[in-house]
Amino acid sequence: MSGVLVYSERKSVAQELLTFAATLQQPVGVALLGQAVAWAQDCFAHGAQKAFTSNDAALADLQADVLAEALAQIVQQADADVILVGSTLRGREVAGRLAQKLNAGCTTDANGLHFENGQIVATRYALGGNTVSTQVVKSARQVIAVMPQTIQAAPAGGSGEVVEVKLTLSPSPVKTVERKPKEAGSVNVESTEVLLCVGRGVGEQKDLAVIQALADTLGGVIGCTRPISHDKHWLSENQMIGMSGKMSSPRLYIGVGLSGQIQHTVGIMGAKVTVAINSDKNAPIFKMADYGIVGDLYQVVPRLTEKLKAR
Amino acid sequence: MHIIVCMKQIVDLEKIRIKPDTREPVLEGLPFKFGDFDKNALEEAVRIKEKMPDAKITAVAIGAPKLKDTIKEALAIGADEAVILTDAAFNGSDEMGTSRALAKVVQKIGEFDLILMGEGSTDDHSGQAPSRLAELLGLPQVTYVRELQVLEGKRIRATRDLEDALEVVETSLPAIVSVTGEANTPRLPPLTAILKAARKPVKTWGPGDIGIAAGEVGAGASTIHVLSNLAPTQQRKEVILEGAVDDVIDELLKALEREGVLSS
Repeated sequence: MSGVLVYSERKSVAQELLTFAATLQQPVGVALLGQAVAWAQDCFAHGAQKAFTSNDAALADLQADVLAEALAQIVQQADADVILVGSTLRGREVAGRLAQKLNAGCTTDANGLHFENGQIVATRYALGGNTVSTQVVKSARQVIAVMPQTIQAAPAGGSGEVVEVKLTLSPSPVKTVERKPKEAGSVNVESTEVLLCVGRGVGEQKDLAVIQALADTLGGVIGCTRPISHDKHWLSENQMIGMSGKMSSPRLYIGVGLSGQIQHTVGIMGAKVTVAINSDKNAPIFKMADYGIVGDLYQVVPRLTEKLKAR
Repeated sequence: MHIIVCMKQIVDLEKIRIKPDTREPVLEGLPFKFGDFDKNALEEAVRIKEKMPDAKITAVAIGAPKLKDTIKEALAIGADEAVILTDAAFNGSDEMGTSRALAKVVQKIGEFDLILMGEGSTDDHSGQAPSRLAELLGLPQVTYVRELQVLEGKRIRATRDLEDALEVVETSLPAIVSVTGEANTPRLPPLTAILKAARKPVKTWGPGDIGIAAGEVGAGASTIHVLSNLAPTQQRKEVILEGAVDDVIDELLKALEREGVLSS
């Protein structure tokens, strides 16, 4: 290896990736593009030795084609052969286009990363979550997109050099005409101690009151699977747990009326104790549960709330 | 308007068994189908065609020889014709090999306005193909789309679904668009459409037809070395409580108290 380059459009994820990069005993650079140019010191504090910065006007909207071209040019300048990208939706998209520019292999959505026998070994879910694939990218340059919160960010190093790079970029043919932030909501599913999640087993939106009562009793909050937030819009999209949603490591997780597709359960891998309540004994969520109750949620949940209150 | 829909033939993931001793998946003999988001991509193409009757839809897919049967579903849903790649030379391709093959197919097809794909495959969901194909063909890419409109003057407007925001973008055609599961609900083809599908043209192209060299596709060209691919190891207790509601709840509460996860 001759060098590592880190990129994420989220500072916290860049810092996580830098923490891993710093363990590789290689020169570590970070690409700070657009508004991210301001993060240099925060990145030096997590192990970056160089910050390659550009605030070229073409980068303003973070379009994948321009980002990939900018990163390809920085890869050349930095002489990097390992490129670590945050596997957010935008990052995953950039990783693919960058890898193709570099004629490189690429792994996305890695949820585990370690250095072993001189190579970077990544794990990711495969076959729809039936398996975990442990893999190495074997092309001369490798692009690895790592899911947020895979690595615990830790301070390393301290100072570095800002290298303002001159890039040759054309504006993207894709124009952003509007950006509508999703309502942040008051519910923080990421840092809660107790997380209840609901899925399609909940029949109607008004039935969420039953779940909320249990959440209130336990001092927890409600999250959900993708159909509940993105199809039915019963809850904010910021409450969606799992792939392309939020990750959570609560003390107690209770999945109610959800089947347990990997797209959801990947978000609660860090939970200390997991409970599932589902009427279908064969639902995959029971394989992810420490304790499972096979039963009708409309009977189990209210009774559980009562008994908790009576304690 | 010519729309190319790229689809991936996958095994029926719900039918995968895991060997208990080795944790390896058993993939032999499983039925094939198309990925969920691939069907959303096809449905989106069909909806465009319903508004623009001159539009033509070509489905492109790579897969096992059984793709000859699987592809009929795409034709029944509304593709006018299909190109399939089933040669063993394509087996074991990584995302780069697959994207190279798709790019060659698109180049051989020649004229097109829009390439539609799923935002990821249902099996490995690496999400690389739209980006790689866009790079190989030098096209604008618009990914994670949940609302797509074709505008006057060969332009599109799309709403992208990102984690924290919806992003409305516009670009000119030709372009590559990948769609999410929320873009639409794919239709189930009526029997008449299934019968008609049998008469729609399906071309089978090999590596020679698309001019791709042996070193560019297949397992030999793969840049990914898979060290293992095994079912995750079990870390959960999997204590299943069945019986009278009051009894199982009491048991659960006792267990949670033991675990120390109930605040007092």
